Amino acid sequence: MAVIFYISSAVAILSTVMVITRMNAVHALLYLIVSLLSVAVIFFTLGAPFIAALEVIIYAGAIMVLFVFVMMMLNMGTKAAEQERKWINPRMYVGPAILAAILGVELVYMLASGSNRAAGFEMIGPKAVGISLYSSYIIGLELAGMLLLAGLVGAFHLGRQDKD
Amino acid sequence: MFNLLWLVPAIPYFSFVILAVFGKRMPRSLSGLLGVGSVGISAVISVLIGIQFMSSPPAGDFFMQKLWTWMGVGNFQPEIAFHLDALSLLMMLVVTVVGFLIHLYSWEFMEDDEGFSRFFAYMNLFVGSMLTLVLANNLVLLYLGWEGVGLCSYLLIGFWYKDSENGAAARKAFIVTRVGDTAMAIGLFLLFWNLGTLDIQEILNSASMQWETGSGLALAVGLLLLGGAVGKSAQLPLQVWLPDAMAGPSPVSALIHAATMVTAGVYLIARTHVIFDLAPIAQTVVAIVGAATLLIAGFSALKQHDIKRVLAYSTISQIGYMFLALGVGAYSAAMFHFMTHAFFKALLFLGAGALIMCLHHEHNMFKMGGMRKQLPLTFWTFLIGSGALAAVPLITAGFYSKDLILWRAWTSDSGSPILWLAGIVGAFITAVYTFRMVFVTFFGKAKMQANHRPGARISLPLVVLAVLALIGGFVEMPHTLGHFAPFSKFMHSVLPEVHGAHLSISIELLFQIIAVVITLTGILTAYIFYYRKPELAENMAKSGFGSALGRFFYSGWGFDWFYYKFIVGPFVWIARVNKKDIIDFIYTIMAMICQIFNFVFRQTQNGRIRFYAAGIAFGAVIIVAIVMFT
Amino acid sequence: MTAIPMEHGLLVAAVLFMLGLIGLLVRRNIIFMLLSIEIMLNAAGLAFVVAGARWAQVEGQIMFMFILAMAAAEVAVGLALVLLMYRKFKTLDSDQVSRMRG
Repeated sequence: MAVIFYISSAVAILSTVMVITRMNAVHALLYLIVSLLSVAVIFFTLGAPFIAALEVIIYAGAIMVLFVFVMMMLNMGTKAAEQERKWINPRMYVGPAILAAILGVELVYMLASGSNRAAGFEMIGPKAVGISLYSSYIIGLELAGMLLLAGLVGAFHLGRQDKD
Repeated sequence: MFNLLWLVPAIPYFSFVILAVFGKRMPRSLSGLLGVGSVGISAVISVLIGIQFMSSPPAGDFFMQKLWTWMGVGNFQPEIAFHLDALSLLMMLVVTVVGFLIHLYSWEFMEDDEGFSRFFAYMNLFVGSMLTLVLANNLVLLYLGWEGVGLCSYLLIGFWYKDSENGAAARKAFIVTRVGDTAMAIGLFLLFWNLGTLDIQEILNSASMQWETGSGLALAVGLLLLGGAVGKSAQLPLQVWLPDAMAGPSPVSALIHAATMVTAGVYLIARTHVIFDLAPIAQTVVAIVGAATLLIAGFSALKQHDIKRVLAYSTISQIGYMFLALGVGAYSAAMFHFMTHAFFKALLFLGAGALIMCLHHEHNMFKMGGMRKQLPLTFWTFLIGSGALAAVPLITAGFYSKDLILWRAWTSDSGSPILWLAGIVGAFITAVYTFRMVFVTFFGKAKMQANHRPGARISLPLVVLAVLALIGGFVEMPHTLGHFAPFSKFMHSVLPEVHGAHLSISIELLFQIIAVVITLTGILTAYIFYYRKPELAENMAKSGFGSALGRFFYSGWGFDWFYYKFIVGPFVWIARVNKKDIIDFIYTIMAMICQIFNFVFRQTQNGRIRFYAAGIAFGAVIIVAIVMFT
Repeated sequence: MTAIPMEHGLLVAAVLFMLGLIGLLVRRNIIFMLLSIEIMLNAAGLAFVVAGARWAQVEGQIMFMFILAMAAAEVAVGLALVLLMYRKFKTLDSDQVSRMRG
């Protein structure tokens, strides 16, 4: 199991690097799907099969499809990749990289200074999640539903093409 | 009956609130009825209380009605409480009765004015404040009323606020009296600091016990209270506001700037007379102020051509007489003159108002002339008022009160021949300017046509006041006429008797004859100069010295010029120099620092999303660092 | 089963988050910025799940679901805005739409 975790972690990181360096948006999207799938595997290894399924269905499935649709509507071709290349200057990586590196160092430092204990492999199945979700977190669930509704209405309103 | 005392000020206040809130939506007749009726009810209650007070005086000759404690701070416990004694009863009666007549008059006078209900709201507020002032049992409540009448005076002088000059006159009145009010407030602080109370009766009792005669403290308090009185009563050197106060409607001039409010200073000094008895110097100052004022204002009145300004200066002059009486310790004489003055001066102002109204709002009396035939009722009542003002002997009230003051000015212990001389010269001038006004306005050729005659609501107050101006003096007869003196006897429960040599009746008679001759000479002078041979007056006015003197008198002895040059001017200059306010600089620097930060932070608001995201990331870095290292 | 130290899981989440942040800051194309945000959200969710697994609690997973809901709503609105922006400015360059009005 541990081997699978490390392999999928490596895949996730590599594919994410590919995402942010691609010039073509569709390529980046495909790499992101790879990344998401490998994170789903990580979830599975951590004993969260339900979440792994959700990751695949909703993230890699629904949300990414949304991106694909939008890219189709925007109709970006090779010209867009050219433009993208023009927009990106290698020197632009320096500042954000330093910032992210500091943050990373901080996080790693905090991880290192904490107690070193294994993440359990106890399986927490959909049943447990569902019971908890519909009892202790019912308000949160309702709010999430409201949020999605608001997102739906907002997206509909913004995306509507006014004829006049 | 005494228990209804609180209603006397409360009813006008109540009416004020109703008029202020609903006045605009009320029909005119209703606001008029409310405004006049409220004061009328007050007057009726006052008269009933007065009758009971005189027929069966309460124990100790005073009645106290405590309503509630206003505020309690340590041993400072001013109450809303009314103190009724002979002095406040007299004031209350004059305020409500004369006030009612003037309200009645205003009903017709202001009929066509757009601010009709506003006018009555202010007037009722004034009456309520004035009653609070005279009935207050402690100086804090008195001060409340004092400021209340000041406010109403301001509002009513500037009643026709659309003309900016009226607003300026109102501000002038407010600011000039404020000088006096400040002095008075300091006086109150001093009193409270020393005696630990502001209850008037307690002050009067403990002051005479704790302070020695002539002590510096008594002098200081006396002078500070005098400062307040001088401001409110338009005496030297704060008299400049009253002539300009004539910008208000005539009933206002009659009620506030002649009959009641301006005498608040007289009331204050009479009320706190113990302090002045303890400070002979302060008392002498009162007498000198009065004497000087009555002369200066009298001479100024000689040259005015606005009929209301003549009356304004004469008011200043007559209050000067009251101060003179207070200064020589003749308190009841001062109150006597206050009463008769309230009658005849209200009458004169109302008469002048009726004239002005009937003559298309013309104020210049040299443009009137010959009104005797056109407005006979106004003429006869005005003549009676003028007679009382000039102290025409025997038949008018003014004669008795002025004669008493002149007599006391010499014979009282603190009196002196010089004060008497000032008074007698003042009497001569009074007669001259009063009858100058009468002759110019009512005799000679008519230069204008009256457009209508005053109606019943104007005529009735004129007649009633004229009767009062005639008979009001009979409550106090001099020794030469049988010494019938219920007025001063009544007042002596509050105000001490005059200390002075008892001189024989023949000497008193001599004095009276001098006064009578002086008055008649004055009237004769006016007759010659302004009726028989007006060219004499014109020639005199044309000569170099005469015209300079005339201008000097016309400007009210140049006090306005002087104040403008030496007080207002420098003040404005300093204000202009200090326009950027040195103290404000500190706050300006603060504002500048804020602006600098604003400039810096504004640069961050560049609308670039990635910049914002970087900002968030940077903040996250810092916060994580803080969490890590603490 | 071989235990995986929690730190390793969190480390992966941290690295993914860093990458997402770098992408967000570097790319000018608004689509890529949205993708980067998805990466960061996913990384945060991963951190939750790892922590939940560490304590054997369901809360980590529940949090992930909330994040998922939030991400879905955000993407819907965000992509609608992208469409609107493209329609209006004919560009996807986020720096071009820095002009604020209001």
